[in-house]
Amino acid sequence: MPGAFEGETVSRRRFMELATNGAGAVAAAAFILPVVGFAFGPLFSREPFSWQPIGTPSDFPEATYSTKVLTIVQGVGEVGQTIAYVRQRDPAIDTEPEDQYNHWIALSSRCQHLGCPVRYVQAAARFICPCHGGVYDFRGLVAGGPPVKPLDRFYTRLNKATGLVEIGPRYSVNSELRRFSPRDPGQPLDGIGQYLYPARFSTSVLPTT
Amino acid sequence: MPRLPTPPLPKALLPKPTRPGEENPNGGLTPGKAAAEAGITVVDWLDERTSASGGIRWLLFRKVPRGVNWFYTLGSATMFAFLSQAVTGVILAMYYRPDPSGNGAYASIRYITDDAFLGQFVRAMHKWGASVMIILIFLHLARVFFFGAYKYPRELSWIIGVVLLILTLAMGFTGYLLPFDQRSYWATIVGVNINGTGPFIGPYLSDFLRGGPEFGATTLSRFYAIHMLLIPGAMAALIGAHLYLVTKLGISAPPWLKVEPEPELDRAEV
Repeated sequence: MPGAFEGETVSRRRFMELATNGAGAVAAAAFILPVVGFAFGPLFSREPFSWQPIGTPSDFPEATYSTKVLTIVQGVGEVGQTIAYVRQRDPAIDTEPEDQYNHWIALSSRCQHLGCPVRYVQAAARFICPCHGGVYDFRGLVAGGPPVKPLDRFYTRLNKATGLVEIGPRYSVNSELRRFSPRDPGQPLDGIGQYLYPARFSTSVLPTT
Repeated sequence: MPRLPTPPLPKALLPKPTRPGEENPNGGLTPGKAAAEAGITVVDWLDERTSASGGIRWLLFRKVPRGVNWFYTLGSATMFAFLSQAVTGVILAMYYRPDPSGNGAYASIRYITDDAFLGQFVRAMHKWGASVMIILIFLHLARVFFFGAYKYPRELSWIIGVVLLILTLAMGFTGYLLPFDQRSYWATIVGVNINGTGPFIGPYLSDFLRGGPEFGATTLSRFYAIHMLLIPGAMAALIGAHLYLVTKLGISAPPWLKVEPEPELDRAEV
């Protein structure tokens, strides 16, 4: 675009328009970008985790589950609590590979259909969800109803210094009990599920895995 | 503008003619006339500076087609349900505490319902008004659909209306958590997890709604802010645009109304 004087590549009116609009855009971005980042920040801040002691090894038999209340969010009272069903690993039925984090099987009470709390029924050796009829067998695998994957699990370990069983962060499993970083209920992990529902930036991970 | 004849006044109210020789202390200005004069002066002062009367006439005194009926009031009814929700919601916000701990949100709802003067009534207006608004907005949508009122040139009114419908449902979803009882809590867990089943963005949408990977300290205040600031602001702006389009384009005739030939137009020569 020719300017008013020889050698000018842009007219002064055009330059003034661009400068004013550009300054306005900078001013708007100066408050919009921080606000958007502020609103979306929790997506990218990783939750810390801690190992919580839940009892001695003899507290957890193989044949039934003990109920343990865990605090997963600090400072909000009952809302921050969840339930783990814990038993000792039974090599006769637990066919997934053993490592240092699953000497005790700790199942999350969160139903993998849409997140209601399941309850363990000893007479049936099943986990039953009250909301939409999800049923899981003794190992937490789906036995019936709408759930899309087995019950989530928690890492467990033996603290050799104190001799107590400790419970760590949660992880999700697919139908073959392969470990995945925690997914929300309703998100399948078999087949293409693990690609349709990618891992989030906000969930805690074990430093060693 | 032609005016209707003034209805006859009873004899006692008719202005009495002054007797000959009697004085008029204020030049004939009685207190009633003076009050009316003051009101007219104020309105004139405003109108001279804003020209608001033209806009109000444009909004209110517009032509409507023959055959409009009660179905055409559903849009206004929905808007008044929204206004009722806005007013009762503002007052409820004076008492409500969005705090997830034991002595927070649920305790404040208990206070509103059990102790505050008329609190139960205002909360019930807000609670039942929410259902009324959902019902009215769907009836309004059905009226527009079955009357064919979404057709040219009113497509944009329809699009804005659908966005308003979605925002109204989002108001229902976010408002459902606020009483913070067991039903609210678990319904929100389920609702957020339903959001999470959307492929690819679902997990991140859940994190955004919860403010993190778990239902935590800021989830309730996040829902509260969305419920009372973010969505109502957007809805008020969109209702304004919707009303502008209704006024600008006029309302459509009922579909059973036949187009009447206008000989005047046929005869018109270019």
